[in-house]
Amino acid sequence: MVGIQKFGGYIPRLRLSRKAIVDAHAWANPALKAQAKSERAICNWDEDPVTMAVEAARDCLGQNSRGDIAALYFASTSAPFDDRQNAGIIAEALNVGGQAAALDVSGSLRAGTSALIAAAGAVALDHKPALVVSAEQRRTAAASPLELSSGDGSAAVLLGPDDGAARLLAQHSAAVDFVDHYRGHGREFDYVWEERWIRDEGYLKIVPAAVKALLEKAGVAPAAIKHFCFPCTLPRVADTIAQRLGIPSTSLRDQLAAGCGDTGSSHALVMLVHALEDAAPGDLILVVGFGQGCDVLLFQATDAIRDHARPSGISRSLARGKIESNYQKYLAFNDLVKIEKGMRAEVDRQTPLSMLYRKRDMLLGLVGGRCRICGTMQFPKSRICVNPNCNAFHSQDDQSFADFPARVLSWSADYLTYSPDPPAYYGMVQFDPGGRLMADFTDVDRGAVEVGMDMRMVFRVKERDAQRGFVRYFWKAAPAGAPAVAKSEA
Amino acid sequence: MASGIRDKVAIQGMGCSRFGERWDADAEDLIVEAYEEALGDAGIETKQIEAAWFATAIEEQHVGKSGVPLAVALRLPYIPVTRVENYCASGSEAFRGATYAVASGACDIALALGCEKLKDTGYGGLPQRSRGALNSMYWANVSAPGSFAQLAAAYRAKHGMEAGDLKRAMAHISVKSHDNGSRNPKAHLKNKISMEQVLNAAMVAEPLGLYDCCGVSDGAACAIVTTPEIARGLGKRDLISVKALQLAVSNGVEAQHNSWDGSYFATTRIAAKRAYHEAGVDDPRKEIDLVEAHDCFSVTELVTMEDLAISPEGGAPRDVMDGFFDAEGTIPCQIDGGLKCFGHPIGASGLRMIYEVYLQMQGRAGPRQRRKEAARGLVHNLGGFPHQNVCSIAIVGRHGA
Repeated sequence: MVGIQKFGGYIPRLRLSRKAIVDAHAWANPALKAQAKSERAICNWDEDPVTMAVEAARDCLGQNSRGDIAALYFASTSAPFDDRQNAGIIAEALNVGGQAAALDVSGSLRAGTSALIAAAGAVALDHKPALVVSAEQRRTAAASPLELSSGDGSAAVLLGPDDGAARLLAQHSAAVDFVDHYRGHGREFDYVWEERWIRDEGYLKIVPAAVKALLEKAGVAPAAIKHFCFPCTLPRVADTIAQRLGIPSTSLRDQLAAGCGDTGSSHALVMLVHALEDAAPGDLILVVGFGQGCDVLLFQATDAIRDHARPSGISRSLARGKIESNYQKYLAFNDLVKIEKGMRAEVDRQTPLSMLYRKRDMLLGLVGGRCRICGTMQFPKSRICVNPNCNAFHSQDDQSFADFPARVLSWSADYLTYSPDPPAYYGMVQFDPGGRLMADFTDVDRGAVEVGMDMRMVFRVKERDAQRGFVRYFWKAAPAGAPAVAKSEA
Repeated sequence: MASGIRDKVAIQGMGCSRFGERWDADAEDLIVEAYEEALGDAGIETKQIEAAWFATAIEEQHVGKSGVPLAVALRLPYIPVTRVENYCASGSEAFRGATYAVASGACDIALALGCEKLKDTGYGGLPQRSRGALNSMYWANVSAPGSFAQLAAAYRAKHGMEAGDLKRAMAHISVKSHDNGSRNPKAHLKNKISMEQVLNAAMVAEPLGLYDCCGVSDGAACAIVTTPEIARGLGKRDLISVKALQLAVSNGVEAQHNSWDGSYFATTRIAAKRAYHEAGVDDPRKEIDLVEAHDCFSVTELVTMEDLAISPEGGAPRDVMDGFFDAEGTIPCQIDGGLKCFGHPIGASGLRMIYEVYLQMQGRAGPRQRRKEAARGLVHNLGGFPHQNVCSIAIVGRHGA
């Protein structure tokens, strides 16, 4: 028996106006105008699939419930490292490094659902909880349809060896080398075949067969499906499939095109988590992942879904977007345009890997110290307690600061220092339980920072070493409040 | 209890190069320019110098490491030469080394020389460099203006001050320093500016605009020190001697412990208290005649006046606006233009400040000479960031005063 114990998600705060994209390309491709609707989610310059996954996982797990995770599955086709386990970075950031197994799942837009199926198998075997996190930040060519339809986002599901909030009734998977698109090794962008063929030969044949097989396996009537999570950006495909299978059209879940966009290998899980937010006990939830074959999973919400904290991060992050109407900024953030960064950006950013390993708790897990003599919290941890009235030697126990609420003590907005998004905001933040950190700020609005402002710590890209292709992560302070959709400051 | 440095060491001679964008000069040229003046002032020869301290902070941009570049530039006769670095307080550190060597009796005549050649970086402002391997992985993306600017946010929060009022007090400081710098032939910036220019200047790090920030300059300054007895023997009259030399270095409390509120310099307050004790100063507002403060940013100068206990806490903006620190005020601050306009070649700055006090006390400061005679001058030299720094305070004055 396997069930979803907890679920969560994260959509980055920035929402790029599709009109801004379309307007930029109108000179060459006026036909894109039809897609100038709403906004798509985009990563801030310091976000990537790993950082989004950490946020989704934190949203899923809440505080103080990490100890029993036996395995972490990370699904993405856009993970920052080809060889350095991305799931391992996430595990360290969640402070489960060294305890849990970890696996990166990639290679297809089915990666999210395939990771879910693999994890379910492991949980059934080991009877231990497994965390499945998916995140996607697809790199798309300027003026491509994918640029408009895609969105960046992440979802997380904690599976456990009991029913939890939603019991897994059945799963089915079929690999078919149907190459609707591909991205060769070392290539930046996807190469996409004709939509009509993808629809007729791909979706309309492969998906119904897989769903039918699953429903037969589970002994569930199509008409009983309450939530049908089927990511597909092609028009009318989802309706046609539902109709052909006898699944109620009312069960079709929102594709989240508005405000988010298709999050690629993460989208099935994003839609699943979004459905779980709405699900009532007994609801049947069907999840489909399409990509060189098809994965199908069927869940049934239990009574325990009532007790789950809702809404999860998907709805909450959807509600707190900030509209960005500057397309150039998106190009710059994603290194899609050669931009003058100034000489200050030229410093060597080599990361000493031996030091990173030695300090991984501090740098990836934001683990500081708590003095067992005087109780003083401090970051970073040190051999001698910082409290001038204590100064005890070797007295500090590990203390994670990641979930400590913080407040701004002092700050500035710096136009001199190099930042991919000037000005660089940073300042001293003071943690409510004690301790402080001169921290970079992220996701702040110009003119909105004040002394005393509530902040929360978030795992972000500190710097990218373009010379060597390394990404350096650390924690930053972000406004803790959840402001409603804010207008772009252009 | 230690008896301290008061009146144990006299300044035999000082020199200072012209500061500024010295496109014409290498570090070696600047070193020799300052040294020749000091040697002439001291009335000695190189062979009489028994030990030297050399201050550079950003040596990778010019001379490289060690004491060798100074020894080579001046052809010092195989004497001990020590290179010191302590952020922007490096110049004071060299002075401390030389002064302590003489006070200890280890040598009779010692040299302190500081130099920085910064204008070979290709861009304005201080060079962007590593902060140390681990620091680079977790420190915020701080620049000097961005860290010092935070004083303003914390100061306003503490004293409930309107942004505009603080900005105007800061602007007055910069207008005053430009005014002073205009009378200093060696200054980097000699232009007078108006309040409007300061208030409307481009933002560097909120709330610090362009004119709230000091210049980044090339330059060198040096001091030759000896005992008062030897100085008299060498023909010196009206000796200027060292009254106090104190250094306070942050130990992580401001950066890590919630006892500091971000609005002042913990180090300056401690160093000032110790320096006043060492110099026998009871009431600095009455007993200090001149101040050279580390005005890297206007807001630094403002809060420092409180940290030095010259202005009461929360009272510096009023003193500033009243002209208390103007050239004609009660205690002129940066009568030479300060870091703001004389310039800030890091390793040279502490020595440049002592140089100005030394000139003023001898009536040799030319068009910027203060009419009222000065008995004691205070030199405040700071390095690092408000939350983690090195503060040096030197008091020099008339021998016996």
